[in-house]
Amino acid sequence: MKLMWFHLMPYTELPEDFRDTQPSVWVDIHSSLFDPKRAHLMYNDFMDELEYAAEVGFDAVCVNEHHSNGYGLMPSPNLIASSLARRTRDTALCVMGNSLALYNPPTRVAEEFAMIDCISGGRLIAGFPVGTPMDTCYAYGTNPSQLRQRYMEAHDLVMRAWTEKETFAFNGRFNQQRYVNIWPRPVQTPHPPIWVPGGGSVETWRWCAEMSYVYCYLSYYGYKAGKATMDGYWSEMDKLGKDRNPYQAGFLQFVGVGESRQHAFDLYAEAAEYFYGRCLHVDPKWATPPGYSSEGSQRAGLESQVKKAADSSGRVKSNGERIASTAREMQGIVDNGYVIIGSPDEVAEQLREVATSLNVGHLMLLLQYGNMSKDLCRYNTKLFADAVMPKLRDIHAGWTDHWWPRPMEASMRANVPAFTPKLAAE
Amino acid sequence: MTQPETLTIDVGGFATRVWRAGSGPKLGWFAGFGGLPRWMPFLDELAKTRTVIVPSLPGFPGGDRGHAVLDTHLDWLVAVKQILDKADLRGADLAGSSVGASLALEAAALWPDAVGKLALIAPFGLFDDKNPPTDPWAQRANDVPGLMCADPAVWTAMKAPPEGSNSIEWPIEQVRASEAAARIFWPLGNTRIEKRLSLITAPTLLLWGEQDRIMPRAYADAFAAGLAGPATIRTIPGAGHLAELDKPAEVAAEIAAFLAD
Repeated sequence: MKLMWFHLMPYTELPEDFRDTQPSVWVDIHSSLFDPKRAHLMYNDFMDELEYAAEVGFDAVCVNEHHSNGYGLMPSPNLIASSLARRTRDTALCVMGNSLALYNPPTRVAEEFAMIDCISGGRLIAGFPVGTPMDTCYAYGTNPSQLRQRYMEAHDLVMRAWTEKETFAFNGRFNQQRYVNIWPRPVQTPHPPIWVPGGGSVETWRWCAEMSYVYCYLSYYGYKAGKATMDGYWSEMDKLGKDRNPYQAGFLQFVGVGESRQHAFDLYAEAAEYFYGRCLHVDPKWATPPGYSSEGSQRAGLESQVKKAADSSGRVKSNGERIASTAREMQGIVDNGYVIIGSPDEVAEQLREVATSLNVGHLMLLLQYGNMSKDLCRYNTKLFADAVMPKLRDIHAGWTDHWWPRPMEASMRANVPAFTPKLAAE
Repeated sequence: MTQPETLTIDVGGFATRVWRAGSGPKLGWFAGFGGLPRWMPFLDELAKTRTVIVPSLPGFPGGDRGHAVLDTHLDWLVAVKQILDKADLRGADLAGSSVGASLALEAAALWPDAVGKLALIAPFGLFDDKNPPTDPWAQRANDVPGLMCADPAVWTAMKAPPEGSNSIEWPIEQVRASEAAARIFWPLGNTRIEKRLSLITAPTLLLWGEQDRIMPRAYADAFAAGLAGPATIRTIPGAGHLAELDKPAEVAAEIAAFLAD
């Protein structure tokens, strides 16, 4: 079982009346709410937190890409990952990921990921998301009717750029490059492991199955809502005759560990309510650019509505539905399973259930969320590492993780000392 | 209402619906945002004096998934040229609305001999930073009817599934229509058509719904100023962006008078 520590890097000082006075946390969030001098401190706190997670023994630290977003301050996760490559030793670096269609040319992704892989000595997990509607179609202006075609083509280009030995011409539908020949090349051969975060589309499941990529469901709505999606993935894998290797799946889960359930409830309520109240305040008008959802996904959604599945959680909800029905009070947040809380034993028990019932070998844990303080984040992270992690290690022990980075041997890797400003001190 | 004759033409490998009704000189109609999921009274009005020929555009209702292979603006214009030829519209007058009106203008710019007069309702294609059109693709679903039509119920009725229609495929087809428009015009509606307006010598009528909440009225003047041929602007009281849906008789009368002139 792999336990990975994920940071969204939320802006932690959105005003209390944010929901009532602002249209959206995403796309058109107002610049007056952003104080760069406060963000200086936030970024440095967040990077400390990621480094701390690596130090206490998480298998990976994870970062992701968002644009014009008040809860995700990483338009470029690669910048953070390159810093982490220097400040961590053996931890995997999971960039979850680069939205391929947004890069022009997409070889930029091949280059930057290769740089991170070289700097880190082969510790990169390369995430290839399509990206949300807000990030791709609105903030970046990509045509929703071409987004998926551009994504697929960019994928092909990046893979060829990583693996072909000779300079080649790429004659794509959307990208033409006469001379593709990236320097540097990734350490991992033939390339870093590919993980694909996606919503619940059949096309994505099938593609991950066929390409032997890890499918990740990065929902903020926890394991109860995520069950339908992961079941859909595994049933598609079954249909295609693929193994149910849990390591071919990843799942995101918010967690708060305390001395007891009540203690955890009290400790994490403010941060969780900040996240679900303010950070997920997204105007539904950004949810459904036409063409973003494939017709296959639309059909699946409509069919399940028509069948009126008795249990409304038994189907995958649309973005708009999710936004509209989100619980924002701690009790609802916990009851719905968005955030798993409890004593170390209680959390371990619940996560064991998540990992086994969803058949997931890579748990991506959000232990910092909303406006959680650095102290509380460290407490949550440390307690998890000390008292929860050991209880989960044995899960899925019978399976091999074929999708984990294969770094250079430790003895071959550069010795990277921590930054010590000797001259300034002298 | 009339039942039009339905023909099928091949556009880039996709079976494409062409409706035909009425008699008299030919008049092509390129539908606006959302396309034509059903025949509409406005077309009956036009058919009183003309042979109305209504080809679907790729990806719009009746146009299958033809939009999915059109990647550039040139691809779209070539498709429009094929449609004009195959739907028997070469040399005919053209009328159109919104997104369809924009493509009629493009055809008149590139193939002036293939197009007679132009009667257009609030075409897409321009973008003024200081007075931008409303973004039709960033809207809550229940706001769309009131943006497209002065009377939201008119749009809702146009888009409502008819009895016996497929409850899965019908809504997908309506999303596809919006996607097809996005494929041409995302993100601003700006196709740089201003570079081609000076090639258009066809006499042009520009109609604007007085309550157009998508395309500001000032765009009528911008189009008129750019055209090489004579342009007339007429405003339709009580109509929204898709003026032909709100005020079919009035819009058809304006078009008939202009074409008869």
